[in-house]
Amino acid sequence: MSQGADHHLLIRPSGGRSRLDLQELWRYRDLLLVLTWREISIRYKQTLLGGAWAILQPLLSMVVFSIFLGRLAGLPSDGIPYPVFSYLGLLPWTYFANAVSRSGASLVGNANLISKVYFPRILIPLASVLSAFVDFLLSCVVLVGVMAWYHVAPDPLRSLWLVPLSLLVAILATGVGMGLSALNVQYRDVQHAVPFLMQLWMYATPVVYPASLVPERYRTLFALNPMAGITEAYRAAPLGRAVDMHSLLVSCAVVVVLFALGLWRFQRTERVFADVV
Amino acid sequence: MKAPILEIRGLGKSYRLGAGRLGNSLREALVESFSSFGRRDAGAETLWALRDVSLAIAAGEAVGVIGRNGAGKSTLLKILSRITEPTEGELELWGRVASLLEVGTGFHPELTGRENIYLNGTILGMRRREIDRRFDEIVAFAEVERFVDTPVKRYSSGMYVRLAFAVAAHLEPEILVVDEVLAVGDAAFQKKCLGKMSDIASGGRTVLFVSHNMAAVQRLCTRAVLLEHGRLVADGTPRDVVARYLREEGRPRYEAATRSGKPQVLWAELRDPQDRPLARPLSTDPFVLTLGYLVPEGWRGARVGIGVLSTDGVPIFTSDSRDAGVEAPGASGEYVARVSVPADLLLAGEFHLSTCLWDEGEIFDWQEPALTFAIEPGPSPLYQETTRRKGFVHVPCAWRIGAA
Repeated sequence: MSQGADHHLLIRPSGGRSRLDLQELWRYRDLLLVLTWREISIRYKQTLLGGAWAILQPLLSMVVFSIFLGRLAGLPSDGIPYPVFSYLGLLPWTYFANAVSRSGASLVGNANLISKVYFPRILIPLASVLSAFVDFLLSCVVLVGVMAWYHVAPDPLRSLWLVPLSLLVAILATGVGMGLSALNVQYRDVQHAVPFLMQLWMYATPVVYPASLVPERYRTLFALNPMAGITEAYRAAPLGRAVDMHSLLVSCAVVVVLFALGLWRFQRTERVFADVV
Repeated sequence: MKAPILEIRGLGKSYRLGAGRLGNSLREALVESFSSFGRRDAGAETLWALRDVSLAIAAGEAVGVIGRNGAGKSTLLKILSRITEPTEGELELWGRVASLLEVGTGFHPELTGRENIYLNGTILGMRRREIDRRFDEIVAFAEVERFVDTPVKRYSSGMYVRLAFAVAAHLEPEILVVDEVLAVGDAAFQKKCLGKMSDIASGGRTVLFVSHNMAAVQRLCTRAVLLEHGRLVADGTPRDVVARYLREEGRPRYEAATRSGKPQVLWAELRDPQDRPLARPLSTDPFVLTLGYLVPEGWRGARVGIGVLSTDGVPIFTSDSRDAGVEAPGASGEYVARVSVPADLLLAGEFHLSTCLWDEGEIFDWQEPALTFAIEPGPSPLYQETTRRKGFVHVPCAWRIGAA
């Protein structure tokens, strides 16, 4: 290889310190794409409906919630048709939940790879988050259909908010997923706890109910859940309503903290993965 | 010596046995942290899989790493391939490492051959463009042209190995690390792999080859190192290091457990022509079946015989001292009988040795088998294609082939 001489490497005990080698990540960018693509292609191999599952998941949840919570329980929906209301909440939530549960299980699921060959370990949870993102993009297309069906016109300019908001969800999911995947290597309890954790987290997030339903004195606590601010903004922006900047900023701050924690936890255990997994 | 492409300085790796960090459930960890309160790590045993290993390897060298199971070979390769971290010491590399520690690492059974080439290639650090360029070459080398769009779960194990080796070999790393994978493929492909590896080495790149196949190590490598209990104990030409390994490794020896009071064989072992103990002779070297026997007071000697049997008990040949016109001593005492077996007689494989002491009409001591020994394939054309030949002995037949 022409760049052979550039591949100088010194391997020594890290003593627990490790830093994110962005240069190396860049060199391995093709692997990230291939791993992501592998996850997507394997997930829908030997399934009848294939990629349709990506859109059925939030769509069917929307139908169920609309019938039970919208119709029967009569939950308020801030003056929007309940199906549109819940779909807008389910969109980022489904992405978040899928990305976290997939990346949380990813390291253990790829144990054979980790113990046999070197590559930046972080690519594994990253690929999980990315592969869930593809599902998410597909279900975004369905959103257009749902809104048209219920004659809700989107605000084209404010809809651009969805781009940074989705990115924020991705960063949060990466942080939480990294942390959980590293913990899962050491304590397999994690994989049993994650589904339950995600269920609790969903009820703490205004996915199927409006944030206006939360009593005033719990609002501060409520805002500490980053998915709360994000979901509210998600719903407000495409409908042309004002985004609550205050709670969104709080969300951003919490996302940064959780991401840093997840990365720290991941890197702390990274060097022993192969010995423990 | 040229500038090293790989330098290892005082490398060591320890594992803690029974330490809490290896616990797989949170409950275990909690119990551990409470019960070990105040006496941290008490009871945790440290096992050094590798200790104090220093080694410098130059570009273009093909180094065979040998040693028995658990000697630290795999640990060394794992540190080299950055799968695990060393506990002490350091390792410096000036080039890309491609390691083939297990066949089909990163292969996914549901994906097709084509998809797996890209997956495996990028895992090994290749760029997609690079793989595009070498795709046809890889497929041709692996001989899977017709199945390239078939999921690899439908591949035979031979095809699987071929494809895995092909990808790694075409990565063009500066350092190729190969661990025993060649044991799986068929003979023709093993030969092809060895050929490819020696091409890589002679092309100025470096090969590290861990193997139990002494013939392959001697044929392929320009240098060999021997690991024993995690330490590097020999470093030199493959012939010398292999010879040393075979002298030490699992030396078969028979020892009589009790004294019968009659003439009996006290011990038996293999030795080289210089009378040094030998663990495993090479098929291309002569060796000496050596037995010590005792004729107690009052006995007028005994005749000595040996037999070499296949492991399922079929006699291959027997020999006794009179065959060679040697008369065994006819008085009491301790004697050593040395039975030389010529080179290139037995084919590589496992054999039983039986020993017998008798006189007219009475068998004093008959051990069958007294010990089991293995002959290693030596550097001979016989083992060019496979390490196992059918049969037990090599008959030097004369061949002539001409036009009919």
